[in-house]
Amino acid sequence: MASRATADSGVDDAPVTLIEPKRGWMAINFRELWDYYELLYFLVWRDIKVRYKQTVLGAAWAVIQPLLSMAIFSIIFGHFAKIPSDGVPYPIFVYAGLLPWTFFANAVGSSSVSVIGQANIIKKIYFPRLYIPIASIGVGLVDFAVSFLVYVGIMLWYMHLPGLSVLLLPVLLLLTVMLAAGVGLLLASVTVVYRDFRHVIPFMMQAWMYATPVVYPVAILPEKYRWVMALNPMAGVIGGFRSSLLDQPIDWLSLGISGVIATGLFAFGLYNFRRAERRFADIV
Amino acid sequence: MSKPAITIENLGKQYKVGLRERMYNRTFGEAIVDSLRAPFRRLRHLSEKTDRQDTFWALKDVSFEVQRGEVVGIIGRNGAGKSTLLKILSRVTDPTTGRAIVRGRTSSLLEVGTGFHPELTGRENIYLNGAILGMKKVEIDRRFDEIVAFAEVEKFLDMPVKHYSSGMYVRLAFAVSAHLDPEILMVDEVLAVGDAEFQRKCLGKMKEVAGGGRTVLFVSHNMGAIGRLCGAAIVLQEGRVYFWGDTFEAIKQYSRPLSGSGTSWTRNPPFPDKPHLRHMYLCDESGRHVDNPASSGRYGIAIEVAVPAPKKNLLISVGVHSGSLYPLFSTESVDGGVAFGDMTGICRTRVMLPDSIFMPKEFVVGASLRDWSERYDSQMDVLRFSVLEVPSLANQVPKGRIGDLQLLCQWQKLELMEG
Repeated sequence: MASRATADSGVDDAPVTLIEPKRGWMAINFRELWDYYELLYFLVWRDIKVRYKQTVLGAAWAVIQPLLSMAIFSIIFGHFAKIPSDGVPYPIFVYAGLLPWTFFANAVGSSSVSVIGQANIIKKIYFPRLYIPIASIGVGLVDFAVSFLVYVGIMLWYMHLPGLSVLLLPVLLLLTVMLAAGVGLLLASVTVVYRDFRHVIPFMMQAWMYATPVVYPVAILPEKYRWVMALNPMAGVIGGFRSSLLDQPIDWLSLGISGVIATGLFAFGLYNFRRAERRFADIV
Repeated sequence: MSKPAITIENLGKQYKVGLRERMYNRTFGEAIVDSLRAPFRRLRHLSEKTDRQDTFWALKDVSFEVQRGEVVGIIGRNGAGKSTLLKILSRVTDPTTGRAIVRGRTSSLLEVGTGFHPELTGRENIYLNGAILGMKKVEIDRRFDEIVAFAEVEKFLDMPVKHYSSGMYVRLAFAVSAHLDPEILMVDEVLAVGDAEFQRKCLGKMKEVAGGGRTVLFVSHNMGAIGRLCGAAIVLQEGRVYFWGDTFEAIKQYSRPLSGSGTSWTRNPPFPDKPHLRHMYLCDESGRHVDNPASSGRYGIAIEVAVPAPKKNLLISVGVHSGSLYPLFSTESVDGGVAFGDMTGICRTRVMLPDSIFMPKEFVVGASLRDWSERYDSQMDVLRFSVLEVPSLANQVPKGRIGDLQLLCQWQKLELMEG
């Protein structure tokens, strides 16, 4: 939180840290983030390592979880409720939506409670606070990578290969990361003060999922209400993922709206977190 | 000319009293109700024109300098602002006023083992903790063997630290922090944990760091260690610098009797959510409060401990110091085989000291409450009393004895040798 400047004279070549009261909005200290980049790696590494300690199946859970949710949704929505799936087999349809959604929901959920979870470190040691929620998102990305590989397997199984639009995936993933980080950072700083949010977030994410075309296609909605859906930034992203993976026409308008909202939320989340973080050590 | 390693100008930190309970940790619903009430409350405050009593300064107008290579002790009673000062200097929290300029890479030992994850192995924790403390992976690689050797945990490196003994845990934690190689090291009472051998090792390491021309800020209640290590000391009192200068003069200033000192102490204001010491007093064998102890007579320390949430393996330790705060001895609740087990609520305990142990001098008694990994509360110098000289059977020759304590030792007359 303090600014770092380099040395003034020859003898005193040590880094100089100025510690002062901070008020209002603050810039992101990229230099410091860079100095500590290894910490981000170790935080992600720790969470992944700890998660699979003392489990029998270990990392296999990363594969089992997305497969199980795909199976459940396929049976309930695809088989019993007969929800249409844009002409592709329901399992790959729903998995293409679950893939980004699961990442988003987990990343938001874990980053929003990450700061209170690390209270003991925050009260004792200084390091860029931003890395705590960002590490949670990093963990989500590792899970995403695993479930993406699972999806490649499923596509091969169904012999349903994507077209050129698959090249759009990195951009879509970036948008999802920005949205998750924006929402997660915002919730993380709020949760420090109001612990209620810890209990609210799971319901919020569940409601959000049903408000997003994850398990159903947008086409299921009446034409005149679709614009409401476009205001949900995750709708554009999920739609984009699905179009890109299943080789369907891309809804550029809805994707564009998502892009604008994602950028705005990400920037606001970052700066709001920077503003809130200086009180963390006194509150958590 | 070299600039000071640390320059502190009018540093202040204001906290809101009860903020944690009232303002934060409140639920969203309460916050809404509060914000609806706020305008009315503000109106009332305006009309009353009183100073709001809900803020206090943990630090106020603190200014001093520490030269490069200097080892400075920071002493003061609990709540004097020592930890707040270190927290600001290590950037954990921001000051409310003033500023500090720190020249050089800092590292702080503000409680060893922070950031250790119990499920991870010793090896993994060295890397994780090192990274949290700001070390680069290559640096950790380079110093890895040294850290392991210092901590003496070679054989257990690949075992999760949750299976470590408390001693191993603390040793490993200290080892990582001690090998950070900082230009400025800040130490907050790490020596309160670990066994004697380890404490010696830590002091040795700190001496080595200090001897290597690096700057050390050392917070401790152990006047012996402060006297041995520090070239200068700062006495903080109620958030202000009370004295700054020569170590021995500082210790003298610090150990002057406080006006409020006596044979009984009650925590005021009460302490919230952590296990804590509530009440302590000097007592006689029947547990009654004693105001004027004598050099003949048996005394004890009665302690009330409050434990809001169940805690296992709590330890109470009572420390007896001379009037000038040199530690004389301490006694631990486990010494007498008293195990508190899984306890909650308020527990009254008493430790009886040996009969007629005090010389007619001044003594300072404190207590701390901890378990194997964390110190919850520590009141190092809350009881202070003078012992009246009253000869007794055990003490028939009061003059000419040395020291502060009289220990009844066993003398034996063996045989008379012809000479």
